[in-house]
Amino acid sequence: MDIRAQLSMSFHLDKCIGCHTCSVSCKNVWTTRRGAEYMWWNNVETKPGAGYPLTWEDQERYRGGWEVSGGSLRLKLLKGPGKIRTLANIFFQPNLPTIDDYYEPFTYDYQNLFNAPAGDDQPVARPKSLITGEFMEKIVLGPNWDDDMGGSPLYASNDPNLKGLSDSQKDMLTKFHKLFFFYLPRICNHCLNPACVASCPSGAIYKRGEDGIVLIDQDTCRAWRFCVSACPFKKPYYNWANGKSEKCIFCYPRVETGQPNACAHACTGRIRFVGALFYDADRIEEVAKAPEDRIVEAMREIILDPNDPRVIEEARKAGIDENWIRAAQESPSYNLFKKWRIALPNHPEFRTLPMNFYLPPLSPILHNAKSENGGTFDPESVEFFNEIGKMRIPLRYLANLLSAGNEQAVLESLKKQMAVRLYRRHLRMGDISESQAKAALSSVGLTTQDADDIYRLVSLSTFQERFVIPETHREIQTNVDPRTMYEKRGSVGFGVKKKEFLGRTW
Amino acid sequence: MDKFLFGGMPYIFLMTAIVGAIWRFRSNKYTWSSQSSQFVENKTLFFGSFPWHYGIITVLLGHILGLFIPKSILLWNAVPVRLYVLELTALACGFLALFGLLALIYRRLTNSRVKALTSSWDVLVLIVLLIQVVTGLGNAVLYRWGSNWYAATAVPWMWSILKLNPNVDYVANLPLITKTHIFNALIFIGLIPFSRLAHFVVLNPYKYLVRPYQVVRWYRRGGPTVNIVQYK
Ligand code: HEM
Ligand code: SF4
Ligand code: SF4
Repeated sequence: MDIRAQLSMSFHLDKCIGCHTCSVSCKNVWTTRRGAEYMWWNNVETKPGAGYPLTWEDQERYRGGWEVSGGSLRLKLLKGPGKIRTLANIFFQPNLPTIDDYYEPFTYDYQNLFNAPAGDDQPVARPKSLITGEFMEKIVLGPNWDDDMGGSPLYASNDPNLKGLSDSQKDMLTKFHKLFFFYLPRICNHCLNPACVASCPSGAIYKRGEDGIVLIDQDTCRAWRFCVSACPFKKPYYNWANGKSEKCIFCYPRVETGQPNACAHACTGRIRFVGALFYDADRIEEVAKAPEDRIVEAMREIILDPNDPRVIEEARKAGIDENWIRAAQESPSYNLFKKWRIALPNHPEFRTLPMNFYLPPLSPILHNAKSENGGTFDPESVEFFNEIGKMRIPLRYLANLLSAGNEQAVLESLKKQMAVRLYRRHLRMGDISESQAKAALSSVGLTTQDADDIYRLVSLSTFQERFVIPETHREIQTNVDPRTMYEKRGSVGFGVKKKEFLGRTW
Repeated sequence: MDKFLFGGMPYIFLMTAIVGAIWRFRSNKYTWSSQSSQFVENKTLFFGSFPWHYGIITVLLGHILGLFIPKSILLWNAVPVRLYVLELTALACGFLALFGLLALIYRRLTNSRVKALTSSWDVLVLIVLLIQVVTGLGNAVLYRWGSNWYAATAVPWMWSILKLNPNVDYVANLPLITKTHIFNALIFIGLIPFSRLAHFVVLNPYKYLVRPYQVVRWYRRGGPTVNIVQYK
């Protein structure tokens, strides 16, 4: 066993209100620079929707992630001759998205509002490209362009997750009173089997052994930009001004000191949880090759139980500190993903073993499942529970998004969340009998203790319960000369010195 | 004049290249990049970058081979058919590179996004490369079978430079085009550390073929990169 620690974030999708506070705090901290203004290391997209960059989930187009071919694991990008293909395509990459798949960064000519000569018309602030500085005819794409457009045939119908939905379900998307949508906040998944790392010819991207954070060494990156193509989540971004790739850094300067990530800290819906996980690095390849219907299960298996004395012993042997072991034992991520099995990874079929988890959203039961329409649904009873597969958001859709198409995994999570609700309803309202509530719980394998714990974590938890982040004390652990810290002084974040920031010097 | 251009200047350019490369690598590693502009424009780039790089890298490798082990080339050329094959391949690659380069220049001049990202260094590099490719092709077309006569002129001159005993007589009587080609090559070498040309002096990508897919760094264990899994 090769035990390693990993920081992981979980998202309670039911509670995300799509306010973008997370995106804005991330942007303010890390990406308000030339060349980075179009980057949203944290972005929140409306699902169903085309996403950011457009249709990022469509790997026929981008060829991100891994595939199993002839029994071995291979980057999808490297079809055919394998790694040689990387070098052959280094001069021009057929699968690279361009700025037009994100959006052309722009500002407005605000000065005109002040300086325009007196006239018959109101002066306007025309949009101006931040790349060329020229006026733009019109803005055709922007951050969250299809925000809240869940029902739009223009945007939502391009969502790659709609495959496998029945015609009537797809039809619903266009009916104003029936459509469904929810929000999907996304940051880099800091995968166990990162495709970005595996694709980098320079070896500039690496996973940190101590906490699993995936980073790009800015001095080693040579703008070969394979990471952008290879990551199926499109989370490394190319800085077009400086010629370097950048990505979400899991706010490592913050989490190293025990503070939560800027996005998680700012989240108004309090939908985010951050915690530590232990995993067995020896099994990465095997798990990444698991068949699609088993991959979520395999991912749960690679996560080790931090309360198991054998695991604790191995962790100590591997040099993991006591505060990390304690944090792993209280980790919300562990409980949500492995113990209660209610959180799921985003697109596990990309086989990167992503380490962020999502609680699938509950949604209203379909109209035609209601009892007055011949169905068995009665919101005041546990019958509701049995109709859970008829929620407005099709199971198929959630399964395409969160479990490699395995509807059972999604159903398990939804039923558990519902069972907890019924149990709480029994306690608070009393209109559901104790035996019914307990029957619901036991049918999904939860105890009343579990139900209390889940309820506490997802609805009442305090800051300290949501963010269990062990400090790493890198300042004393690292073998890096602390004087190098001073070299970074006066740089505007991310290693860019002020003078270079003003314009390309080379 | 020849003495200065082909006896003195080579040292200046070589020193600039070596000292400049070390200086930039140590003090300003962050800027060491191919500065790819595919992200803002990827249609014309296809017709520029592919032919340019495949053409120029083949020709450049041929030059290096020819300058350092001229015997191999002469032996190959002993049979006329092989001489034609070699020269025609080189010529084809040269034209491929020229085509690509013209596409790249056209792209830099016409696309407003690429133009906005173009520094004066980029312009300088493209001009120097254009002169280099055009004079090279001129040489090949006007003064036939250069791969035979260069061994008695350019090669001994280069070695005399490297042996710190410059002898410009070898190149003094060469045609103007050829001399321009050689002198411009020196400028090119001098420019390497100061422009995006630095991108091809990187040895990293070649390592990719042999390293495992995954890279893990431990800040607490120190030492070199430790790899986790070795996939086939
Ligand atoms: C050793 C292998 C080489 C690699 C891996 C390489 C890679 C690249 C890459 C990735 C770009 C950026 C293309 C883009 O805009 O996306 C580039 C551009 C360029 N390369 Fe290379 N290159 C190599 C060798 C060379 C050589 C030998 C030369 C010249 C003698 C050269 C000259 C250029 C020039 C001038 C550009 C800029 C093109 C423009 O104007 O946009 N490269 N190269
Ligand atoms: S999600 Fe993050 S770690 Fe995973 S492949 Fe993409 S950039 Fe790499
Ligand atoms: S801040 Fe929280 S609630 Fe708001 S969009 Fe982001 S994840 Fe959702």
